[in-house]
Amino acid sequence: MGIIEAAKLAFEYKKYDENGEVEETIRAVDGVDLDVKKGDFVAVLGHNGSGKSTLAKQINAILTPTDGTLYVDGMDVRDEKNIWDVRKTAGMVFQNPDNQIIGTVVEEDVGFGPENMGIPTEEIWERVEESLKSVGMWEYRKNSPNKLSGGQKQRVAIAGVVAMHPKCIVLDEPTAMLDPNGRKEVIRAVRALNQVEKVTAILITHYMEEVIYADKVIVMDDGKIVMQGTPFEIFAQVDTLKKYRLDVPQVTLLAHELRKAGVDLPECVLSTEELVKALCQ
Amino acid sequence: MSMKLKKVSYVYSEGDAFEKKALDEISLEIPDGQFIGIIGHTGSGKSTLIQHLNGLLRATSGAIYYDGENIYQEGYDMRTLRSKVGLVFQYPEHQLFEVDVFSDVCFGPKNLGLSKEEVEERAKKALTQVGLDESYYKKSPFELSGGQKRRVAIAGILAMHPQVLILDEPTAGLDPKGRDEILDQVALLQKERKITVILVSHSMEDVARYVDRIIVVNDGKILFDDTPKQVFQHYKELESVGLAAPQVTYVVKALKEKGWDIDTTATTVEEAKEAILLAIKKREKIC
Repeated sequence: MGIIEAAKLAFEYKKYDENGEVEETIRAVDGVDLDVKKGDFVAVLGHNGSGKSTLAKQINAILTPTDGTLYVDGMDVRDEKNIWDVRKTAGMVFQNPDNQIIGTVVEEDVGFGPENMGIPTEEIWERVEESLKSVGMWEYRKNSPNKLSGGQKQRVAIAGVVAMHPKCIVLDEPTAMLDPNGRKEVIRAVRALNQVEKVTAILITHYMEEVIYADKVIVMDDGKIVMQGTPFEIFAQVDTLKKYRLDVPQVTLLAHELRKAGVDLPECVLSTEELVKALCQ
Repeated sequence: MSMKLKKVSYVYSEGDAFEKKALDEISLEIPDGQFIGIIGHTGSGKSTLIQHLNGLLRATSGAIYYDGENIYQEGYDMRTLRSKVGLVFQYPEHQLFEVDVFSDVCFGPKNLGLSKEEVEERAKKALTQVGLDESYYKKSPFELSGGQKRRVAIAGILAMHPQVLILDEPTAGLDPKGRDEILDQVALLQKERKITVILVSHSMEDVARYVDRIIVVNDGKILFDDTPKQVFQHYKELESVGLAAPQVTYVVKALKEKGWDIDTTATTVEEAKEAILLAIKKREKIC
């Protein structure tokens, strides 16, 4: 059984008029079937309003499904007594690091989660150490979070989730507010968690270059999953992606254009190195 | 209207333990009608710099001239400056507050003391310019998508008829299509209205595609100030200050290192394509 299993999953927002009558029902997630295996790195793409964040919030039990089923590590998210265990299993990281950091010292912030779980003090410090090390922020443990760069803050936020030992981590546009270096740092940290610690990672992003490392890419549109496959399979479909208001990494687009101009290149190129290698053959 | 910065410095918490020089003797000239990109890592001083341009922050030392006049001289009308230099903050949609889109866009010009007709005319025009038609006028800002909300916020500034439009990361959090739509519209406006646009961005690809001139800010100083092609030649230095060059620039550089006879100044997909095709032709001739 996968760590996240959804069948015909749906979520509806209701819009009320001035008299409190339901004016409109919006199905933000509409019939999603999903099976994420333990240890997978899954990227979710989709335009603004396609339902990505609503899906993510259901995995973390912030929102409860209107229809269909969703199991997180075998637990039904609709069952209220599972809520805390679901949240412990699937930790969430949001877009703005400033909204997620509450401690005045980095190590205290990271210790906040495990402390609330009632973990013995000694173990809290062990967890703080290992999670800060896993995101490369151990040497900043005594710093004040507001003196850190955006990428560093976001890594502290990730460490705060990691310290709760989740089996799965859901990241909702964690790099949207960061500079190029910050983006690289965060993606590197997520990949390390996934590969070394075997934490299942679900990454929602608008940066196509961040997706190329994923095992699987899901494209959402209008609350539904419309494309699914490896980065290679997805990014080979430049025109379909554009239809869904998406894009491909710049090198992929360059390779696509060169192919159209008659250059002998593979169907889909994902990185600078690949393209240079293919051109030099 | 041209702007000139002369040795502008800004010090936070002067005199106490947290003293930090956010801007360090910055001198700049911003002529009319340019499309300028400002890049720099988080905390480099970019946001501090742009907040000086419309007088939100006052320089600790140095002077700023707008249209030849020192904005710090006694009796200078900051209100006029702020209506001439429009600043769109990060996540400007958080600042929408009126009940519907149209009233929100009217708010700025209404405060300029214009007649109702003039205010409404400006609002309509501004909304058209950002690509929102009448069907949106009566909608609540909360009903709109992220990209639409952001366009409403930009329209609110446009309705003030600024001569200089400053956008602080206008595309953060938008999907690729939304990002292209906003930037295309800004580029079109810049050409049509001949206004100066200053774009602060973390996307090297976007900056390379749209602007005429890039200002790289690092540690409160200007590191580079040149055309995109020239600036991105310094990709190693850019990396050392937390930035990068567009992906395609790395491709042409890598090919050059492999011994290709290729122009390495490409910063956009189009330019890289041309350069590579040309280089392939040259290679075929040799072989």
